[in-house]
Order: sequence, then structure tokens, then C-alpha cells
Amino acid sequence: MTADDWSIVLLSLKVAIVAVLIVLPFAFALAWLLARHRFPGRIFVDAIIHLPLVLPPVVTGWALLLLFGRTGPIGGWLDRWFDVTVMFRWTGAVIAAAVMALPLMVRAIRLSIEAVDIRLEDAARTLGASRARVFRTISLPLAMPGVLAALVLGFARSLGEFGATISFVSNIPGETGTLPIAIYAAMQVPGQEGRVVRLAIVSVMLSLGALIASELMIRRSGRQTHVL
Amino acid sequence: MSFEVDVAKRIGEAEVRCAFSSGPGLTALFGTSGSGKTSLLNMVAGLLKPDAGHIVVTGETLFGDGADVPPEARRAGYVFQDRRLFPHLSVRANLAYGRRRDAAFSELEETAAFLGICDLLDRRPSTLSGGEAQRVAIGRALLSGPRFLLMDEPLVALDRARADEIMGLIERIRDELRLPILYVSHNPAEVERLATHVVELAR
Repeated sequence: MTADDWSIVLLSLKVAIVAVLIVLPFAFALAWLLARHRFPGRIFVDAIIHLPLVLPPVVTGWALLLLFGRTGPIGGWLDRWFDVTVMFRWTGAVIAAAVMALPLMVRAIRLSIEAVDIRLEDAARTLGASRARVFRTISLPLAMPGVLAALVLGFARSLGEFGATISFVSNIPGETGTLPIAIYAAMQVPGQEGRVVRLAIVSVMLSLGALIASELMIRRSGRQTHVL
Repeated sequence: MSFEVDVAKRIGEAEVRCAFSSGPGLTALFGTSGSGKTSLLNMVAGLLKPDAGHIVVTGETLFGDGADVPPEARRAGYVFQDRRLFPHLSVRANLAYGRRRDAAFSELEETAAFLGICDLLDRRPSTLSGGEAQRVAIGRALLSGPRFLLMDEPLVALDRARADEIMGLIERIRDELRLPILYVSHNPAEVERLATHVVELAR
């Protein structure tokens, strides 16, 4: 592993972790909304969230380019008010990874919220607990396995994100050159086979580690929550 | 009057209609399954909103005349038929969940002794037998400082010896704590032994 290799790995970890942490509260709120509430346009909201899952990633990246470009509605606003741009920056890679991870995370959390027994929440309220306390002490702990699963799924998805990222923020080494992008770039250059192998091995180890960690976390919390 | 209830609620095709007033002690709601007994308890607990009518318990209007007290403020000690112990919490944490300092039962250990569940405090609900779980459910309700108790078939799925034990416990709650109890059952022997008043629900 060269210093360059390490910086690619660290950049990938940074992008994936930040993306997942930013998405988590939104994913939870959306999952709760879809699991617990009936409102007009619900199917539409559901479809929009899932769009990145079925769309070619390149199209998602292109859409992000339109939205976040200097003249785009969000990009222009960021530029005017905060003098911030995400174009060709690692923050742009975070946005691409976040959008791609969102549907997977919403799905995982939604399933676990739907599995929470509302009768237990009712029981808690008759015991004097406010809605907020019921959420904190009953709903959230019981939905925790889904939240953990969502974190791991989202992390793995972000780590592997390629299509949307490269079409949105291109390949800027040190900024947007995450693992898959760096591997792809190295494959195009003769004499870089060593780097391809090294980065591929790191990718396998990271993904494997995430899977094993999630399995352990789910088993541990499963002992507490899945029994009755 | 302990309970003054006059409610109507349409649930799907069925219409639950019930009116009664009863004095202190244990009021048994007796009727065949499907006559809306559990729905009635849920309305008194605030978990189900009646379409019309009023619910007054020991002089306090819980529903009607523009009032609709939320369940967490009604101070109902609800012992559910399916117990509903919190699976992710220990027995001790279940008991302590709704604990109030000003309750007749505010000491967890004391209540556990009263119910004979001192040995169970560190266990998980999933490891309890039916009778044990039922006693924990009753303890959890008592510790929440209830103004009245709602009990939904608390003896169902228990063998005779366990049922007899719990009945003894309910009699003590009725006579020593003097808590008004609204009690749902379809078992005549149980009603015969425990009830001060009987309200029969027709389908």
C-alpha cells in the first residue's frame, strides 16, 4: 500500500461515513412517514425515494449535476448564500452516495418500524408515557435492528458508489476519487495492475467487515428485541 | 359512582353500544366474544375514541362534554389480555416503566413481594410463564398509580391453580386497595366469585 492508496481508502471511508450519517435522520423520518401515515401522494413520495434504485446511476448523477450545478436551483442557492460549491468536491461525492443509499436505508428502517407492535405503544401510553417518551423508550429501541441494518447497507452502498459519482463530480484524485473510481482509473493505465489488486483487496475486506459487524449487531440486539 | 359509561362506537360492520353505572368494587363486563368488551375497555382507557357518549370514572369526566383526556393522563391501570410486557426490557424495567411516587404502590420491591415475583426481576418477559407474565402485568399497572383498573380476561390461558392465585390477588386489590375495577370475562364462575356488579353486553 502506497501513501496514495491509503488516501484513496481514507477518502472513501470519509465519503461513505458522512453520507450515511447525513442520510440516517432523513431515512428514518421518511420510513416513519411511509410506515405509519396515510396521506395523499404517499405512493408518489415512495416512488421518488426509490427512483435512484431503479434508474441508471449515470442518469441520477446527471440529474444531480443539473440540481447542484452553479446555475442549478440548489447549486445556485448554495453559491449565492453560502459561497459553497459541491462540484468536483468530496462533498459532491457525499451527495451522490447519500442519494443512492437513501432508498435502501428507507426500506430497511421501514420494515422494522412496521414490525413494531403498536399495541406495546398503546400499553406504554396507558402507563402515563407521552408520545415522545413512547417513541424514545418503545418504538425506537424496537426498530433498532432495522436502523443498524440500514447503516450497514447504506455504508456498503456508498463505498461502492460509482456511476452517479463519476457523472456528477467526475474523478478528481484526492477529492472525488473514491475506491471504485480509483480502481477503474487504474485499470485504464498500463502498469497500474498492482494498485488495482491492492485496492480491490481493501474493498473486499471493508465490505466483508461491514457485513460481519452488522450480523453481530443484529444478533445482539435481536436477542433483546425479537423475542416475545 | 365508580364508572358511568354511555358510549356508542361503530367498528366496521358492528356497532358497540353500552350504557351502565356502577358503584365501588369490581364491575364485571360479561358477554359472548364479539360483543365489544375489549373495545369498551379501550374506550375507557382512551385508546379508542367513541363516536358519541360519555365516560366518567370516580367523578372525573374522561370523555364527553367536549373532553377527551389522552390515555397517558387518564391513569388507568390496564391489564391487557395479551399482557403486552415490553420485550426489550427486564421485568424490573417493565414494572418501573410507569411508576409514580404518589401511588399506593410506589415501592417496586414491595409490590413484587405482594405479587410474589421477587425472583423474576432480572428476567426478560420472553422467559416467563403465563401466570408469571400476568402477575408482572398486574404489578406494572399497580405501580403506575392508577385511579382505577381495567382487566381484560386476566385469567385466560392460565391453569386452575394459577387462576385461583390471581383471583385471590384481584380480591385483595378490590378489598384492600379499594380501586374500582372494570373486569372483562366470559367465564360465569369467575364473574360469580369476583364481581360486585355485573353488566351484561349483548351482541
